[in-house]
Amino acid sequence: MTWMLIAILAAGTLALKVLGPLVAGGVQPPPALVRVIDLLTPALLTALIVVSTFTDGRELVLDSRAAGAAVGVVLLLVRVPLVAALLAAAGVVAAIRLLGLA
Amino acid sequence: MSTARSIALRASAPLALPTAALGVTFGLLAAPVIGAVPALVMSAVVWSGAAQFGALSVLAGGGGIPLAMGTGLLANARFLPMGFALAPSLSGSPLRRAGTGALVVDASFALAHKGEGRFDPVTVVWAVPLQYAGWVGGTAAGVAGATMLADPGRLGLDVLFPVFYIGLLLPELSGSARRLVVAALSAAVALVLVPITPEGIPVVAAAATALLGLKEPS
Repeated sequence: MTWMLIAILAAGTLALKVLGPLVAGGVQPPPALVRVIDLLTPALLTALIVVSTFTDGRELVLDSRAAGAAVGVVLLLVRVPLVAALLAAAGVVAAIRLLGLA
Repeated sequence: MSTARSIALRASAPLALPTAALGVTFGLLAAPVIGAVPALVMSAVVWSGAAQFGALSVLAGGGGIPLAMGTGLLANARFLPMGFALAPSLSGSPLRRAGTGALVVDASFALAHKGEGRFDPVTVVWAVPLQYAGWVGGTAAGVAGATMLADPGRLGLDVLFPVFYIGLLLPELSGSARRLVVAALSAAVALVLVPITPEGIPVVAAAATALLGLKEPS
């Protein structure tokens, strides 16, 4: 049954990913749809950021990740390179957890 | 190697380490539940943290295979609208388009966005190798019992995902009031839905705020 689960998850994920490219590939969509597509990236990124920062499973939490992400935002806004911002954010989170603050 | 390829490889590199750490966690948690070889094969063929952790949490909690399937696929529901968003930027035969679409993950989708709804297929493809190697290699280390990296949280590696996405989001937001509104709405929708819907739903519902684009800009 485990193999069945793996096969279904693999096939299902593949189907979700390729359906759009198969049926709508290379066709220029109408302007309204282009605007929606254009907005999908910021909408999706924001959702991923919020979920990976403030949730643990289905619970909302405020922990060291929020502090790390805040440091990341500030550094990125003042144009610190991404890799440096990533290291600083991870350092902040690791330090908070090491000290047992959150 | 062409410039576009090496740029995509380099741009995807910061996520290789946290992806590997997450893979180790998956391997460690999954091996006792479904077995070491199935855990490794799962990472190699499903290649999706959201679906795999979703399904695993159901099985570990005593739920059945059908519920694990449903939970895993729901966690990946966002790939359906993402595929349709990507489609207009893909050319060539259906097989070729499907091949590129099959490789998309969250990070490569955002990295490949060139603005105005256009995506660069080369970026989608070449953001894959490092992340795939990280995920599958990490899982292999996890099922082998590499407890050293067992808790990525201790090193703060889990915060690398949101900060990486923030790095991709900020340029998307500059100079567009509408994108700011969509981002704010998306955040609100996700936060409200997390406690009351199954995992995966909040992200899809939040992504639906992009439908605001149907309205003509004023």
